Amino acid sequence: MSDTLHPSLADRIARLTGQHPFLCYQCGKCSAGCPVRAFTELAPNRVVRLVQLGFDKEALQAPSAWLCAGCMTCTTRCPKGFDLAGFMDCVRQIGRQENVPLPEKKIRRFHEAFLRQVERFGRAFELGLVAEYKMASGDLMQDVDMAPAMVLKGKLGFFPHRVNNPAAIRRLFQRVAEAERK
Amino acid sequence: MTTYQDDHPQPLMKHPTMTIGYYPGCSLKGTAKEYDRSLRAILGALGVELREIEDWNCCGASSAHAVSRLLATALPARNINLAAAQNYGEILAPCAACYNRLVAAKREIEQHAAVRQSVEYVLEEPFRPGVEIRNLIEFFERIGTETIAAAVRRPLQGLSAACYYGCLLVRPPEITRFDDAETPSSMERIVQATGAKTVEWRFKTECCGAAHSIARKDIVLDLSRQILDDARASGADLIVVACPMCHSNLDMRQASMRVRNGGRRSVPVVYLSELVGYALGFDARTLGLDLHFIDPAPALAKVQGKEVPA
Ligand code: SF4
Ligand code: SF4
Repeated sequence: MSDTLHPSLADRIARLTGQHPFLCYQCGKCSAGCPVRAFTELAPNRVVRLVQLGFDKEALQAPSAWLCAGCMTCTTRCPKGFDLAGFMDCVRQIGRQENVPLPEKKIRRFHEAFLRQVERFGRAFELGLVAEYKMASGDLMQDVDMAPAMVLKGKLGFFPHRVNNPAAIRRLFQRVAEAERK
Repeated sequence: MTTYQDDHPQPLMKHPTMTIGYYPGCSLKGTAKEYDRSLRAILGALGVELREIEDWNCCGASSAHAVSRLLATALPARNINLAAAQNYGEILAPCAACYNRLVAAKREIEQHAAVRQSVEYVLEEPFRPGVEIRNLIEFFERIGTETIAAAVRRPLQGLSAACYYGCLLVRPPEITRFDDAETPSSMERIVQATGAKTVEWRFKTECCGAAHSIARKDIVLDLSRQILDDARASGADLIVVACPMCHSNLDMRQASMRVRNGGRRSVPVVYLSELVGYALGFDARTLGLDLHFIDPAPALAKVQGKEVPA
């Protein structure tokens, strides 16, 4: 099937997570309790089904994995003990490595902006994060209504909190990238 | 309302003050500073000394595991190693998301040799096992509900509270291992120790959508509104939380929800540490109760319990 990656997405997920997607027997209990089910066309268990059938690119391109809120309801309830939240993480991670157009640009820009803050300061700096996210996503009006009240309450600091040695955190990020290339 | 600013309760623990490594996490340094403030105030009064872990870094929250499994494990692992190197056998992570990430990382490293090897490569040192990670509820359980009840100076009789756990305090149960994942009740027991009543409601472990709080506000508004509606229907005067992300979604976004969905009674949302602190006799400002978007003062004015002299 032209949509199947080599090695297949199912095998890659099995190797990375230690859980083969074929464990899932499609009962749908996960999707019944999923909070973002209503916001996506493809229910979480259907993403697993795509992977089982070798529709790898469809699975990577569906918004479902990116919309997953990581609430762990599915993982908690699955009668087969399948960690569907971990599966969704893995679909996102592999999607970023493959050369396929990905959905939910705003969500991806948010995660990237968040991690850039952490890489730079060692901690997430909320005001910097929102500014950086707005620049990257073009979502300029996000929460402008709330910012003044937050500044008044002293909740939105103007200066980042940093770790003592930000270079150590940058090095940690570099070594993660190196280890992943190996 | 009487204030007790200069009359903080004395330490009550029978053993000498215990020192705990404190992992505040990024939110408690910013949007959730009242959570930090109330914790520092009341734990001192309960005989616990919190000492911030020197040089802690962000746990990566929900963004690291969207991108890299190794990054999502290595960031928390660095903090666990710092805590061990600074001789803490136990750390308190009051943010439910940080708590979940720290425990999940520790478990992964301890159970999978390959993960441990990669993490040690990234950290350039061996992983140090043996640090216990606790969330606020577990922490209060350790102090003991009798100890808390005995320290109450302002019993919260007349107040009814909806305890909201959200996701990451209780799920998945193999990781959190401290209460029932579907119908938890540990927070209720702590709230009851203050004299307040707790309500039965259906949404206490439903997700508020925090991961998408900035990029997909529409989802968060919908999910959070359902939680607030159920709390209203249960007759609760306020919602009690133990997570800064749940708090900001439920408290800060009620105005936007009114614009979207029309007028509804606003429901104040307070941190568990604030509610316990209020019962211990601290004044509202010390606890940061004046920093919320929905003012909890009208709800707290319902308290009828007689003051207990120190
Ligand atoms: S609950 Fe488990 S077995 Fe059932 S469809 Fe979902 S992942 Fe598959
Ligand atoms: S972890 Fe993701 S897929 Fe699973 S129930 Fe929660 S939002 Fe849905």
